[in-house]
Amino acid sequence: MTVFPPLTSGRRPVGVVSFAQHDNVRREGRRNDVEMLMPVVAEVFGNIGITKDDVGFICSGSTDYLVGGPFSFVAALDAVGVWPPRAESHVEMDAAWALYEAWVLLQEGQIDAALVYGFGRSSPGNLSEILALQLDPYYMAPLWPDPTSLAALQGQALIDAGLATEADFAAVASRARRAALANPHAQVAYDRSAEDLLREQYEVAPLRRHALPPLSDGCAAIVLAAGDRAYELCERPAFITGIDHRLEAHAIGARDLTRSPSTELAGQKAGVAKGSVDVAELHAPFAPQELILARALGLGADVDISPSGGALAANPLMSAGLIRIGEASRAIWSGRADRAVAHATSGPCLQQNLVCVLEGA
Amino acid sequence: MSERCAVIGIGQTVAKSKREDVSIAGLVREAAIMALDDAGLTFADIDAVVVGKAPDMFEGVMMPELYLAGALGAVGKPMIRVHTAGSVGGSTAIVAAHLVAAGIHDRVLTVAFEKQSDSDAMWALSVPQPFSSPLLAGAGGYFAPIIRAYMHRSGAPRDTGMRVAVKDRRHALLNPFAHLHLADISLKMVEDSIMLWDPLHYLEACPSSDGAAAMIIGSERAVAQAESDTGRRPAWIHGMAMRSEPTMFAGRDQVNPQAGRDCAADLYRQSGINDPRTDFDMAEVYVPFSWYEPMWLENLGFCAEGDGWKLTEAGATSLLDGGDIPWNCSGGVLSSNPIGASGMLRFLETALQIRGLAGEHQVPDARRALGHAYGGGSQFFAMWVVGVDRP
Amino acid sequence: MTMMAAPIRLDYVFTPGVAQSTNLHGLERGVFIGQRCPKCQKVYTPSRGSCPVDGVPTEEIVELPNTGTVTTYCVVNVPFAGQAIEIPYICAQILLDGANISFMALIQEIPLAEIRMGLRVEAVWVEPEDLGPTMASVRYFRPNGEPDAAFETYKEYL
Repeated sequence: MTVFPPLTSGRRPVGVVSFAQHDNVRREGRRNDVEMLMPVVAEVFGNIGITKDDVGFICSGSTDYLVGGPFSFVAALDAVGVWPPRAESHVEMDAAWALYEAWVLLQEGQIDAALVYGFGRSSPGNLSEILALQLDPYYMAPLWPDPTSLAALQGQALIDAGLATEADFAAVASRARRAALANPHAQVAYDRSAEDLLREQYEVAPLRRHALPPLSDGCAAIVLAAGDRAYELCERPAFITGIDHRLEAHAIGARDLTRSPSTELAGQKAGVAKGSVDVAELHAPFAPQELILARALGLGADVDISPSGGALAANPLMSAGLIRIGEASRAIWSGRADRAVAHATSGPCLQQNLVCVLEGA
Repeated sequence: MSERCAVIGIGQTVAKSKREDVSIAGLVREAAIMALDDAGLTFADIDAVVVGKAPDMFEGVMMPELYLAGALGAVGKPMIRVHTAGSVGGSTAIVAAHLVAAGIHDRVLTVAFEKQSDSDAMWALSVPQPFSSPLLAGAGGYFAPIIRAYMHRSGAPRDTGMRVAVKDRRHALLNPFAHLHLADISLKMVEDSIMLWDPLHYLEACPSSDGAAAMIIGSERAVAQAESDTGRRPAWIHGMAMRSEPTMFAGRDQVNPQAGRDCAADLYRQSGINDPRTDFDMAEVYVPFSWYEPMWLENLGFCAEGDGWKLTEAGATSLLDGGDIPWNCSGGVLSSNPIGASGMLRFLETALQIRGLAGEHQVPDARRALGHAYGGGSQFFAMWVVGVDRP
Repeated sequence: MTMMAAPIRLDYVFTPGVAQSTNLHGLERGVFIGQRCPKCQKVYTPSRGSCPVDGVPTEEIVELPNTGTVTTYCVVNVPFAGQAIEIPYICAQILLDGANISFMALIQEIPLAEIRMGLRVEAVWVEPEDLGPTMASVRYFRPNGEPDAAFETYKEYL
């Protein structure tokens, strides 16, 4: 008899049954986005012995501005082999939101499995310039504010509010990079103490290099399956018992940068507090953000935060959020966790956040 | 396991080549507020927002949903941005509808837009890539050879395309929101216009427009409330489907794509449509280049393969000529083309017809209508059926 | 205020990838390269490394001849920014002999009124010293004098 955990969100149990990611590197100069993605898709299917013909829906996340050309998601789709024609969709967002779209469709019952993937390379363009284009085109973008400076504003706000210190940022980075030593896909991993890291120069005060994410090229894929199908494909599916996402105001000045109310709300709606959390994979590209997110989700000191190393270890845009869901799922599969939280973010200074609660039955 | 859902609010902007009077936020709010007013709602009543648009290079803003959070009343709410190339306006509406059909939300605001005058549409469509040849001259350059293949296969007379160009522009004269209002449109005018990509004349191609479209999709609960508040009836969604196929592969039929046929078959099965020609009272179909009307008539099963041009020539798709299956009474993509919004305008127009709100371009007593959008190299399809009857 | 100019310039380093690099190195030698799918056996050119139908890598290299058939075409007469070729010009889909997919190319050395589906053509390359890893190594295709191909031979490849 199959057992499904009680659901906070939705009405049909949907589980993560397979996950694959590319090694995250500073620059993949030989293969293009599509060639990086193909072995990852082959692996995510191969792990559970299925093919593209076994999924009823395909949804991906990527963005044209990283690639430098329009309709960039189309080439990736061609590589997956959408034949016979299949229901398929795409979001110009981190693939965590593509996973959300697939989860919604699976709720209705006409399909039992979906493929979700995300890809993006930071190496082709100048990311600082590209991400400035995400900002209000009339008032902010023409000033070309780069993501590090914006994150620095957020870090400084925390310090000024007495909520954190630079030493706390270093502690986050130290822990994350040390954990990343155990992650074969991680890009930045080392064993250095917080005290040692504090000796680094500022990149943009109060952020030193260790508080910044690496520039990464990478991609990832997940297979979702619903109901009994999940158990056919995986011995212990990581069931999504709660999932929600929220957005805040865009203007940095209109927000309290020391908090993440959208994460608080999404966490509430996803039912994070309904049980104990063993592992939390947080999509925090900048060290101060992890502190904000952990507080927003009410995570105690006993929670294992981002054992993969998180976004500080590898930050492949458009798949970093999906990877948090994948890593949290792996923790469920291995038995390391019975209940895990995965988080994804989009926009400047944590403007938009998605929270997902995963449980193994 | 799908909840019933319906369109309870509709809004759109007047499409123009350049909307210099509004910012991007202003443009989308115009459509959104109109839809909210139509549904008797305010932003506070909305549970989630789904935005759709074509490549960001059309405006030079990356992931604009972030910047639009406040303008669309989305602060504190879930917001998704869909991008499925040209079909995006349609797939956006479908993603929004699924949020209601899956029982997750009661009222979803969905908006699709393009303010392509902010950038350069021709450039954005074909940003030159290194090592490749700079042959492609816009979307027309891609589709013209496919059209030629259709003409060869079907033996259609050379003026079929021009007839569609005239018909849709005449329809547009009845639609105050359409971009092109060519009062003097005639076959001769189309034929005399410059031949852009043989066999397509300038006047057989869609314009480039700034515009936004919005709909409120509601659950049964929301429908009951809207009906009682506004007295206007909903357009119930009877079915919706999406299909994609690869851009090119050996043996691909680009003229009559399988994905389009499969999408329609799934949709018709869901909606209980057996004979599209008689079961539908009208259709809004994505026809950006004139010849796509006869091609889609065949692809969508309104007639046998090879016969699409006969329906067009006979005036069957013309509202003004009393055709039995009027297509694109709004003027269609040939009369307004804010690229990201065009698909949603097709879906929106069907809802407008079903709700009896299409004014001068209303098909009398329209009870079931087909909305269709396509994109990419005729590879992405999004379609729905709306009707007066509660499913 | 109705207009605000916000110039944007972004530079990207473009990675053709393994498959396209193989194609480009072929062009450098004056040869069209295709790749065969191990499952369906179709030859794709220019190849992008995977079969769009089967979703598997296409690694087997096939060298293709210079000759092919025009499966369909259009005459481009629209002026646009950054246009490299003088209008009007013929843009055609060429099915190289031995390939299972057509690609877009320029046709020259034929009066506009004579272009037709089924026309047999051959590639005209740049001078050997000007060959490089780029599609620009192929100047255009021109009629090669053979009788038109029968519709059945290319109707699947429009």
